[in-house]
Amino acid sequence: MAGNNKTSKQVIQGNEACAIGALAAGVTFFGGYPITPSSEIAEILSQTLPLVGGRFIQMEDEIASIASIIGASLAGAKSMTATSGPGFSLMQENLGFAAIAEIPCVIVNVQRAGPSTGLPTQPAQGDVQQTRWGTHGDHSIIALAPSTVLECFTMTIDCVNLAEAYRTPTVLLMDEVIGHMRETVVLPPRSSYKVVERRTPDPDTTDYCPFECDGTEVAPLGAFGGAHRFHVTGLTHDRHGFPTMVGEEVDRKIRWIVDKIEDRADELADLEEFETDDADVLLFAYGSTARVAKSSVRALRERGVRAGMIRAKTIWPFSRKRLKELSGRLKLIVVPEMNLGQLIIEVERAIAGTVPVRHLGRIDGHLFEPDEITEFVLREVGK
Amino acid sequence: MSQAIETARTYLRPSKKLPTVWCGGCGLGIVMSAMIRAIARVGCEKNDVAVVSGIGCTGRLPTYVDFNTLHTTHGRALAFATGVKLATPSLTVIAAMGDGDALAIGGNHFIHSCRRNIDMTAIVANNSIYGMTGGQYSPTTPHGKKGTTAPYGNVEHAFDVAALAVGAGATFVARSSVYHARELDKLIERAIRHKGFSVVEAVSNCYTSYGRLNKYSSPVDMLRWMKESSVTVGAAEEMAPEELEGKFTRGVITERELPEFIESYDGLAKRLASDPAAIERVKGIIRTFDETAERLNAKG
Ligand SMILES: Cc1ncc(C[n+]2csc(CCOP(=O)(O)OP(=O)(O)O)c2C)c(N)n1
Repeated sequence: MAGNNKTSKQVIQGNEACAIGALAAGVTFFGGYPITPSSEIAEILSQTLPLVGGRFIQMEDEIASIASIIGASLAGAKSMTATSGPGFSLMQENLGFAAIAEIPCVIVNVQRAGPSTGLPTQPAQGDVQQTRWGTHGDHSIIALAPSTVLECFTMTIDCVNLAEAYRTPTVLLMDEVIGHMRETVVLPPRSSYKVVERRTPDPDTTDYCPFECDGTEVAPLGAFGGAHRFHVTGLTHDRHGFPTMVGEEVDRKIRWIVDKIEDRADELADLEEFETDDADVLLFAYGSTARVAKSSVRALRERGVRAGMIRAKTIWPFSRKRLKELSGRLKLIVVPEMNLGQLIIEVERAIAGTVPVRHLGRIDGHLFEPDEITEFVLREVGK
Repeated sequence: MSQAIETARTYLRPSKKLPTVWCGGCGLGIVMSAMIRAIARVGCEKNDVAVVSGIGCTGRLPTYVDFNTLHTTHGRALAFATGVKLATPSLTVIAAMGDGDALAIGGNHFIHSCRRNIDMTAIVANNSIYGMTGGQYSPTTPHGKKGTTAPYGNVEHAFDVAALAVGAGATFVARSSVYHARELDKLIERAIRHKGFSVVEAVSNCYTSYGRLNKYSSPVDMLRWMKESSVTVGAAEEMAPEELEGKFTRGVITERELPEFIESYDGLAKRLASDPAAIERVKGIIRTFDETAERLNAKG
């Protein structure tokens, strides 16, 4: 009933929180294909969507899954799919379609270890660069990485909101640890988070341009079956959506799908800072790795190292702002990742050689131990 | 104004999108006009029709018609169409695909669409070749025929598109050709009216990439082949297998009733909405925030 704002403590998994977040954000369509460690998201949505006026479908593969959510989004539904590495690889083709055709949709990638089938039940952060560059051609993307079960809820809502606001595919980059971890959470009441509805064209407009890309504002998106008929294609297209090979129009379109996101990198950047006020050694982490890095910061402080941490919640677009601001007083940056060096590339680009940046990678399917990071830093600073 | 011109004015997009990319003598214009006549006869409002395609010469079809149109990636038309239809079931959804698009790269989506029985129509324009990329052999290139990647004749065997659709469970399957344009539009009309997943194979011709390689003297010669090499389903029943060798059948090949996906799904949703145990279970999952709970209560 309305007014039922009761919230209660509960112990849930990251994947559950993600599914509940999707419902909270108004997702009414989910198309997916089972894969560990993401399947719980599909299972919960298959159970809940028919009772809240939505629809669920299990597609024949991940190529079809992302295609179905793009189609549903174009017909007006907030849409989502969930997968892991092997499925995410298959989705790259149509992720590019959503980027160029500017169709909002959310892809949850609960990362697991290794290329190919790898280690299905173990965590990794190996898809960070694939998220940014996995599909061909210039484009951009928004990706968020939760570190807690609660953030699986809030960041799923953020991903839906950002997809709708910027007409772009967004990726929730979870990992197996976050997906399967159970935590006690109090999910916030509806009044405490914003739900964004996509901007739609004025029904009386006679010259609707779904792909206007002259200014900085994202064009409204009509729905199939709505007031305006329009054409959508993965070919480079003009403002009306029809194919074009005119160099100027092509250039404007591709720059637009990049700039509409990259120009907002600082605005979209969400990060947590821990003990950075006086830090001269910075741990730069994200996802479940950041949980461990945080305890390392505490341990390092006990050992007399002025350590701090930045936890990137927004992975893409990557904001360099805070790193640049801090770089003046840093003598070392350590980037622990469950991969062999992915987001560190962006950290190095931001720092541009002004501070030594060292990588600590783990790819055996296990989370870092706090001591491991602590000891690495101690060795690096010569203690 | 003649009926044909009026139909063209109503359903084709203003001239800026024309001429089409199709070569002179290509059958795709006939497929497109048959589709338009069928939609006109069913009487759909233009806003209520979505035409979805993949990549290829056939994939360009939606560009020219004044509906909600979606030109997707190679092979994926039906997967996109599935999402469109499930989000807005009131839309009449038609997917137009070439033979490579529908049956090679899109073969998996094709058979699963046939199996699911979502109320949509697939039109497969079968020109026996990859037209757009210049005549490489396709899954419907007959054994022994040439393609640019089968320069000595195709060693593979062709799919029978309609038989594949029947085998995969499509509830309406029909076939005709661009020579039999009037028959084709009637079959597309029946396919659209059919409740469930319908497939119409439109045997077409690509003179540029297939005809010239395979010793047809002109596009007309290819149409002549369609006329002479096809028999109606009725006539075929009276013929011996030897007589049917090298021929294809035209007409309705399968028509049957089976619960349609969205009807089944929504029926289930309706039953769940009055099932207190189901509601409690779902409430248990989403008890943490009010808005969905509200929607749930509104439904229940
Ligand atoms: C993923 C991918 N692979 C290959 C291509 C290249 N390609 C474009 S059209 C086409 C085949 C078209 O043949 P068909 O589907 O039979 O349609 P037609 O052009 O004959 O109408 C191919 C292979 C592509 N666009 N995308």
